[in-house]
Amino acid sequence: MSDWTEIAQLDDIPKLGSRVLKTDTMSIAVFRTADDQIFAIKDECPHKQGPLSQGIVHGSTVTCPLHNWKIDLASGEAQGPDEGCTNTFATKVEDGRVFISMAASAEAVA
Amino acid sequence: MKEKLILVGNGMAGVRTLEELLKIAPDQYDITVFGSEPYGNYNRIMLSPVLAGEKTVDEIMLNDLQWYKDNNITLHTGKTVSKIDRKNSLVITEDGTEAAYDRLLLATGSNPFMIPVPGKDKDGVIAFRDIYDVDTMLAAAKDYKKAVVIGGGLLGLEAANGLMKQGMDVTVVHLLDSLMERQLDKVASALLKVSLEERGMNFLMEAQTEEIIGNGRVTGVRFKDGSELEADLVVMGVGIVPNTELAKSAGLHCERGVVVDDTMLTYDPRVYAVGECAQHRGVAYGLVAPLFEQGKVCANHLAQLGYARYEGSVTSTKLKVTGIDLFSAGDFNPQEGDEVLSLQDPAAGTYKKLVIRDDKVKGAVLYGDTIDGTWYFQLMREGTSIADFRKTLLFGQHDLGDAGYGDETRVMSLSDDAEICGCNGICKGDIISAISKEGLFTLDDVRAHTKASSSCGSCTGLVEALLASTVGEGYDEAPSKKGMCGCTEHSHDEVIAGIKKYELKDMRAVFDLFDWKTPDGCAGCRPALNYYMLANWPAEYEDDAQSRFINERAHGNIQKDGTYSVIPRIFGGETSAQQLMDLGRIAEKWKVRTVKFTGGQRIDMLGLKKEELPGIWGDLADAGFVSGHAYGKAMRTVKTCVGSEWCRFGTQDSTKLGILMEELTWGSWMPHKFKLAASGCPRNCAEATIKDFSVVCVDSGFEIHVGGNGGIKVRVTDLLCKVDTMEEVLEYCGAFIQLYRLDAHYLERTAPWVERVSLSFVKGRIVDDAEGRMALHASFLESQKFAQIDPWKARAEGQSAHEFTSLTLAN
Ligand code: SRM
Ligand SMILES: Cc1cc2nc3c(=O)[nH]c(=O)nc-3n(C[C@H](O)[C@H](O)[C@H](O)COP(=O)(O)OP(=O)(O)OC[C@H]3O[C@@H](n4cnc5c(N)ncnc54)[C@H](O)[C@@H]3O)c2cc1C
Ligand code: SF4
Ligand code: FES
Repeated sequence: MSDWTEIAQLDDIPKLGSRVLKTDTMSIAVFRTADDQIFAIKDECPHKQGPLSQGIVHGSTVTCPLHNWKIDLASGEAQGPDEGCTNTFATKVEDGRVFISMAASAEAVA
Repeated sequence: MKEKLILVGNGMAGVRTLEELLKIAPDQYDITVFGSEPYGNYNRIMLSPVLAGEKTVDEIMLNDLQWYKDNNITLHTGKTVSKIDRKNSLVITEDGTEAAYDRLLLATGSNPFMIPVPGKDKDGVIAFRDIYDVDTMLAAAKDYKKAVVIGGGLLGLEAANGLMKQGMDVTVVHLLDSLMERQLDKVASALLKVSLEERGMNFLMEAQTEEIIGNGRVTGVRFKDGSELEADLVVMGVGIVPNTELAKSAGLHCERGVVVDDTMLTYDPRVYAVGECAQHRGVAYGLVAPLFEQGKVCANHLAQLGYARYEGSVTSTKLKVTGIDLFSAGDFNPQEGDEVLSLQDPAAGTYKKLVIRDDKVKGAVLYGDTIDGTWYFQLMREGTSIADFRKTLLFGQHDLGDAGYGDETRVMSLSDDAEICGCNGICKGDIISAISKEGLFTLDDVRAHTKASSSCGSCTGLVEALLASTVGEGYDEAPSKKGMCGCTEHSHDEVIAGIKKYELKDMRAVFDLFDWKTPDGCAGCRPALNYYMLANWPAEYEDDAQSRFINERAHGNIQKDGTYSVIPRIFGGETSAQQLMDLGRIAEKWKVRTVKFTGGQRIDMLGLKKEELPGIWGDLADAGFVSGHAYGKAMRTVKTCVGSEWCRFGTQDSTKLGILMEELTWGSWMPHKFKLAASGCPRNCAEATIKDFSVVCVDSGFEIHVGGNGGIKVRVTDLLCKVDTMEEVLEYCGAFIQLYRLDAHYLERTAPWVERVSLSFVKGRIVDDAEGRMALHASFLESQKFAQIDPWKARAEGQSAHEFTSLTLAN
């Protein structure tokens, strides 16, 4: 059931940074951590839909640029006292190429 | 195998230490806790409100039993440790339970002092220390009428107030002639006595208790002069003695308390002690704020980080009797050579006294109006020179030109649904209930849990006032050596000094040197570090885009819908028909949704998509515009008026001066936003006296003003000096900016910075020291070489292209 689609070279995404992936239905934020892990989550903060892709990345967390909620990149969940969750998508890196699986989102949310 | 840590004493200091430890080293130890009391950890200082019927025991629990489970801590409640076998590293309880430790933490608190008079063991004679005592008093209040409280100190008065609230007829017996003599001077003490008497409390002063009388249960108290008072309940509130029994029996060195060093270690290198039982540099503290500082240091050593040191605390006191405002700190009784400032308003029932030594606050007593207690306490602890604002010191912080929004005086009288935090819509009731339910002690905790004060910060004073009044002085009021953020214990000043001393030019190097607790820092510290290195090493440091807030990374202001605004620079606010036509043409071409004049005399084009930015910037660059940095912690605008060129009152060409200042300073990154202005005469149409650096022109030259702020808390500038020529203005401007850039903390605007370091300091460096001023100015010019490269043009030409384009799903 994997539907891996290549979206970028690893180096297209800055370390501790992100790129936005536009699909027909939504924007997905694709993050790269300091140790080159790649995470993809829907580019919408559970608080007030802030664009998470524009936040500062630290560890495997991003701080939303609008009101500073901290969102865990692996689970899409807000950390600390805040509550809320955004969708996540499976990713993998092979030979410096980044793939995303859109189908995995349903499981990731569950 | 994990090492074993045992905590003896399940009270406020011990458990706080565990909390601090779990924050920094959650998996290091197997933790076991022994506590004599049959509860989880509760907020002892709130026993007074419980006794007064203002709170329930449930409301004052800090860590319930579930907390221990959640953190894998083995808790033995109702078990008193009676022996420590240091040879075999064991603790043994009264009922024979044994447990082995690798490290041991003693936090056994204090015992109430029971005056050794005959009859002190009778039924109905108790202390005021724990839930058991409160329960006993509450039960007595149901069945009996007359209570005598021995001791007119903090504890005694809070007990007396509570019993009175429970309907008892209460007399406070005090050995001396004035109440709370350790916290108050005679004047305040007399005021306090009068208000308590008005509430119905009785006093017997200068009375020495000789015997407690009664058969079985107490019936009265007899004094040295032979007089007697009837009593069904006697509460001893005379003082506390550090509980060192266990430590002593284990052969640990004790004086008044268990003696510890600056790392909270006892004479046994595996045994630590914190809290009221510990004696540090000769002092055993009896208030929670210092105990919490100790806990933090102790946790740092338990986690084997090994760099924190406890250097003692200055303490302050408040009396928790609802309706009575009283604050005291430091040496409030003047010594020879000290100066005393005081203010008394009998009608308003207020009294303020400050003891000043060498231009520094050494002590404070406030009665009736304690709003500025926090501020005086901060001045005291930080040793701030008050020379510059001595005249208004007694009137409080508000008189420092802070005519803003934060009027803490009213906060306690507000209703629960009054909005405190305007940004996040948080009401007073929400904050108070979060403080008591979640057991919050610090401003950061309140911010995390309620969001109050976490946005613009203008309500911080109100939130601090709520914290102070809800938890007493147990809350950590911005300790002077506060860590930059949760990622480090080190303060801004320490980190800045480290960056300078070791010439750090790399984020990782800072993390390593200061043992950052998080792998990549956070959204709070990374922008600060990036700024510090940029300001110190303009030529060498490579700006880290990923450590910049999105506005600075994308060189535009992010809006609530994710679009951006574009504000080009219009030097000195002077434009031309050609510029306006160019702007109009460009705005039309890019279908700009809103075009608006800003409050900074320039034009804002709002609603652009991120991917459109490089395009519109390119068009603007072609027409000769550069970025206005309206999005940055950077030099923003120079506001001017028409000045002598046109105005019939103008004394100098303020527009030209404004343009020159903007040409000098544009592009510069700053600790916070930085605004300038030049007004052509003292009518001041450019509102120069609320800017960071500004000039008011006069016939004979130029008055230079600094440290003003419009915004959240209005602060009027201080006059720095007067100069004769525009060239001099520019030199002072560059020098002042450079001093601020290198000295201030990140996100500290010039107004709070000038207040912190004092105007005298700034004058000393900029006005009195001509050579130093020239050097600062030169160093500013040098750093401007790297800063005055228009970021918009660079991006229009392709720099950081990845920032402005998105990925697509390749098919
Ligand atoms: C656009 C503008 C309002 C307008 O339509 O006029 C504006 C807009 C914003 N201001 Fe302002 N301020 C604007 C002039 C002002 C002024 C007036 C002035 O400069 O004379 C002030 C008071 C003067 C002062 O700063 O002392 C002002 C005091 C603030 C403050 C409070 C600063 C303080 O120290 O108290 C903030 C919040 C902050 O910086 O943390 C703020 C923050 C903001 C932010 C950046 C809020 C944010 O973080 O997103 C707004 C961005 C909107 C946007 O995307 O454009 N804005 N802001 C003005 C831009 C001026 C310019 O040409 O660059
Ligand atoms: C009524 C009241 C009001 C107060 N108001 C304020 C205030 O407004 N502001 C302020 O800052 N401070 C106030 N204090 C003081 C503050 O509560 C104490 O400073 C603080 O609780 C001390 O913390 P600690 O951990 O050292 O001791 P404690 O909190 O007393 O904890 C020690 C614990 O160790 C247990 N223990 C002792 N020996 C053993 C043993 N051998 N084995 C097992 N367990 C043992 C004790 O039973 C106790 O539970 C107040 C205190 C009281 C009683
Ligand atoms: S522009 Fe300034 S005053 Fe207006 S809403 Fe935004 S931050 Fe508030
Ligand atoms: S929208 Fe993300 S924190 Fe508010």
